[in-house]
Amino acid sequence: MLTAFLISVGVMCAITTVLAVLMILADATIANYGDVRITINDSKQITVEGGRHLLATLKDEQIFIPSACGGRGSCGLCKLKILEGAGDPLPTELPWLAPDEQRRKVRLSCQVKVKNPLRIEIPEELFNVKQYEAEVTAIRDLTYDIKEVRLKLLSPAAISFRAGQFVQFEVPPYELSNEPVYRAYSISSDPGKEDEIEMEIRYVPNGICTTYVHRHLKTGDKAVVNGPYGDFYLRDTNRGIVFVAGGSGMAPIKSILHQMLNEGNRRTARYFFGARAVKDLFLLDEMKDFQSKLPDFQFIPALSEPGPGDDWSGEQGLITDVVDRCLETVDNTEAYLCGSPLMIDACIEVLKNKGMPGELIYYDKFA
Amino acid sequence: MTEIGWFAIFFSAVFTNNILLTNYLGMCSFLGASKNVKTALGLGSAVIFVMTFTSVLNWLVYHHVLVRLDLVYLRFIVFIIVIAAFVQIVEMIIERVSEALYAALGIFLPLITVNCAILGVSLFMIIREYTLAASFAYGLGSGVGWAVAILAMAGIREKTARSRIPRGLEGAGITLIIAGIMALAFMGFNGMINLN
Repeated sequence: MLTAFLISVGVMCAITTVLAVLMILADATIANYGDVRITINDSKQITVEGGRHLLATLKDEQIFIPSACGGRGSCGLCKLKILEGAGDPLPTELPWLAPDEQRRKVRLSCQVKVKNPLRIEIPEELFNVKQYEAEVTAIRDLTYDIKEVRLKLLSPAAISFRAGQFVQFEVPPYELSNEPVYRAYSISSDPGKEDEIEMEIRYVPNGICTTYVHRHLKTGDKAVVNGPYGDFYLRDTNRGIVFVAGGSGMAPIKSILHQMLNEGNRRTARYFFGARAVKDLFLLDEMKDFQSKLPDFQFIPALSEPGPGDDWSGEQGLITDVVDRCLETVDNTEAYLCGSPLMIDACIEVLKNKGMPGELIYYDKFA
Repeated sequence: MTEIGWFAIFFSAVFTNNILLTNYLGMCSFLGASKNVKTALGLGSAVIFVMTFTSVLNWLVYHHVLVRLDLVYLRFIVFIIVIAAFVQIVEMIIERVSEALYAALGIFLPLITVNCAILGVSLFMIIREYTLAASFAYGLGSGVGWAVAILAMAGIREKTARSRIPRGLEGAGITLIIAGIMALAFMGFNGMINLN
């Protein structure tokens, strides 16, 4: 009985060992692509170990391509132009690539393996993207469901970003997720303060990141963010400015207002902020402060459903109606919108009807 | 087992005893990857290839290792390990050798590791006491049969994508009904050759 048992265990071990050795050999010979050269933007060359996916390979080289799914090919964010060396798009990439992108040789960097010398194009601003280790220095309640989280950057200790850009916040594994998860949040702090960033995070029931931030994160905790990303920033023109935001869409606009203050910007600016009731309004003192310091800035909060006890004498109605009513002219004016996709689409409609050309409307949709 | 030749085994595995439509094995990838003909063709070819070679490999392992050591009860786990290792190594080779082949066939290989039809073929050939040559024919035939079934289904689904299907039946519902009707049609081949 014992010998039969030992033989079966022995044979199983032998078979598995033989197969494992075969696979290790295959991995070291067949799947060994040696060192591969990657040419970036025709100016920079790096030599990397081949055989892995491009996204992970670039991450090891400290080049961070935005990705929300962590390389499973399910978010479609990690697009790059690969001009040479990657062959045709794989079936796993095709759902994410529009015909026009396929023609321009755009690929998903998480699906392309580094096997042959590659010639790729990475947008210049991504070289500024780094991973930052940070410490939470303050968490405060802005409203009953929005928290302001302030991080002090430790390593690297300074970040250079354009007001309006966002970072990805890493949520470590905890009870709602068993792997690190990344979520994008706009930076709300002054771009002049390079050693800290501030984010405004609204609680979403069962949201992996928002639950973590609202229920678990404490002052003194370590946090990891990477960034900055995004092309939502103040264009350098002399046009008048209309800001429209709702909820935590306040964040990038606040950062832009800091920037305007820093550079002594004299442009006319109107900021329409939509909320339901008084309990959804926040940072009113800060806005008053901007109003007194900026030469021509007005903060116009509007409530869509003031509560019974709300003593409200300001604008009332949906933010779109308020913009429609209060904005006298859109001549020589550009718009910056930030908030839910629904609000943004409705605002674009209103602004276009008033005669603002679509290319002067910039927005950041919180998906 | 000498009374039916290997061609009869091949033929019956494709039509009369189609592994998918008479045994209902390998249903998950059949339902999942039958939305368009091109994908179905890729997956089908991968299954043909893997089925043929794993049945031969498993036959060798079974008769030369397990039978000799009187360990046939280990066949389930051993077959699964052999299939998994084989698929992994083949994927590496294809990826190295041909970009086009990898795009067409290679990315489906990980799906196949867990395809129960592959294990089913290895187990049936043992139950039916096939010789090595017959196992080869049976593996090839079952692979071709599976590919024929998924291609037919993909062809039909490309059509149904444009037809008006009652809302409750969209997706998996109508696909299962179609699979059932196809199985009925394949039952028409029954009796031509008896394998068991």
